[in-house]
Amino acid sequence: MLEIKEVSRYFDNFTALDKVSLNIAAGEFFTLLGPSGCGKTTLLRLIAGFDQPDNGDILLDGKSIIATPPERRPLHTIFQNYALFPHMTVTENIAFPLRMVGCTQAEINRRVAEALEDVSLPDKGNHYPDALSGGQKQRIAIARALVNRPRLLLLDEPLSALDAKLREQMQLELIKLQKEIGITFVYVTHDQGEALALSHRVAVMNRGTIAQVDEPSRLYGFPNSRFVADFIGQCNLLSGKVTQLQDNRAQVELEGLGPVQTAIPADSTIAVGRNCTLTLRPEKIHISSRVSHDEVEAHFKGIVHDMLYLGDVTVYKVELANGMLLEALLANSSPGRARFFEIGDQVEVAWHYDAGHLVMD
Amino acid sequence: MQQKSWQQRLLTLPPMGYLLIFFAIPTLIMLFASFRYTGEYGGLAPWYSIENGTLAFDLTLENWQRLFETDIYLRLFFKSIGYALVTTLLCILLGYPLALMIARSQKKHRDLLLLLVILPFWSNFLVRIYAWMIIFSPNGALTQMINSLRDLLGLAPISIMYSATAVITCLVYVHLPFMVLPLYANLEKHNPALLDAAQDLGANRWRRFWRITWPLSLSGVYAGSILVFIPVLGMFAIPDLLGGTDGIMIANVIKQQFVESRDWPFGSVLSMVLTATAVLVVLLGAKIGQQGAR
Ligand SMILES: Nc1ncnc2c1ncn2[C@@H]1O[C@H](COP(=O)(O)OP(=O)(O)OP(=O)(O)O)[C@@H](O)[C@H]1O
Ligand SMILES: [Mg+2]
Repeated sequence: MLEIKEVSRYFDNFTALDKVSLNIAAGEFFTLLGPSGCGKTTLLRLIAGFDQPDNGDILLDGKSIIATPPERRPLHTIFQNYALFPHMTVTENIAFPLRMVGCTQAEINRRVAEALEDVSLPDKGNHYPDALSGGQKQRIAIARALVNRPRLLLLDEPLSALDAKLREQMQLELIKLQKEIGITFVYVTHDQGEALALSHRVAVMNRGTIAQVDEPSRLYGFPNSRFVADFIGQCNLLSGKVTQLQDNRAQVELEGLGPVQTAIPADSTIAVGRNCTLTLRPEKIHISSRVSHDEVEAHFKGIVHDMLYLGDVTVYKVELANGMLLEALLANSSPGRARFFEIGDQVEVAWHYDAGHLVMD
Repeated sequence: MQQKSWQQRLLTLPPMGYLLIFFAIPTLIMLFASFRYTGEYGGLAPWYSIENGTLAFDLTLENWQRLFETDIYLRLFFKSIGYALVTTLLCILLGYPLALMIARSQKKHRDLLLLLVILPFWSNFLVRIYAWMIIFSPNGALTQMINSLRDLLGLAPISIMYSATAVITCLVYVHLPFMVLPLYANLEKHNPALLDAAQDLGANRWRRFWRITWPLSLSGVYAGSILVFIPVLGMFAIPDLLGGTDGIMIANVIKQQFVESRDWPFGSVLSMVLTATAVLVVLLGAKIGQQGAR
């Protein structure tokens, strides 16, 4: 439905977007995720029409919208600080887009009432925005953007100004709303947790390029690069070199640790002799005081260097022989038993051959 | 918060004292003077006398009656209000685009542009008016240019000097910065995201201005209007020098009463009416301004 074709944007000598291509389907909750300054807002402004790409094209339903000014694009934006009009009541704010297309007063009244109902604030119509809380402003901004049913809703870090609790609640509401009305959402955030929780698909951006586009679970389980693995969730990154390929397993010589067996990822450009990174999620690493050789195939000795008690889980940082710190996660599932190890304990870390995910450097 | 502490009351003392000494007391003196007789050689006659041991007050309503005896003065009042309104309107028309342009220019240029707006204040007020006298004079460049154009069209030459046009032009010129500065201060604070949002929601340039920028700037417009309207209403130097008999304003008559005719009581009557008009305008402006700030 929305097609972004090799779009580039340069500011002076700085490349904010470099040949970005994306395909967003109708009804999708699509998220642009990336660190600060990677070009998320720039891309969103290009889609909204506030800025023009230097190269490439943006198509909506197969038709280029590059030449269409923002006020005539069938899409709306939710701005980071809501941008509600302070001199208008909530009702007038929501009526604004309807007035712009010349709806009759009766129709405006009906649809504004509906929109207020949709965001569960039916009795706030006569308030001015500065009399609303952050969450209420957010809902009004959403109501205003959705009232004339755009094809596409762009949201630029809409929840970043809210506190954690309210943010979580608004996330649930956004998911529900998007499902109900079925409008395509393009959502921008630098919060990977938010991206994973909300989206059907996520595009991870890095320095003006798209690093990976995938479903949240695949993004987490099968990152295609060191950057994505590192950016999404906690991850141990072990550098190494491919030394052998056999059946569906590769042997990798990890720097300072020695050879390990690992599964070959499906869509990999793997070849013997290539530099690679083994990405290992902390929850996939076993940690024990006994030396065991069953079922797990990679195991290394280490010393507990640090630990972080988080309530539900405890994070252990284990120092390996080569001085590297490996993060492992243990669930505190049995009551009264928060600690399995103490700092300084000799332990063994181990992981199953297909626990790690191999990416080429 | 209901009861104000004595510290809070203390804080309001300096402004109250200032208003009392520099506004309330002089106004009361003027009000009192408007009920007195003219002295033998002008100025004010004593307001009481003691004859045969009895005290008599020498106060009169004559001066106020004189105000309504002819319509000269009321006409002059309305004319002055008219001049002030036209000047204010022209200042808005000229000052608004300028203030908007400065507020939307790059940050690093704004200070310089503002400096240019107040630059005229660096030269003497009278010198600047004399400059306009030269521009408007029959041999001045402007008059010559206009008249040679009119000549081409077969029209009779005109004189700009000593006309309402000359007075209002100069009034606008002198007071424009007083409009631009409060307008700029207001416009500069506008959140640009609001315009983006309005555009995003389907408003073209024209509607973005009238539905967002203009209503949000109303308090600035009123502030500027008051700063222009009030001093223009009391202006006498410009009509004195550029107005001739046609372009005279009420303040000229007041000055004339005090200086040339030395009729202080009647001068006081006229001053009181002027002051009352100004106060009314301010109150009205403040009220509308408050609503505009909503
Ligand atoms: N108008 C501009 N002129 C010059 N550089 C710009 C402009 N707009 C953006 N940039 C640069 O482009 C880069 C990308 O900016 P952008 O706002 O898209 O980042 P972002 O991914 O939205 O970051 P954040 O998460 O901090 O909002 C930044 O380095 C920024 O400095
Ligand atoms: Mg941004």
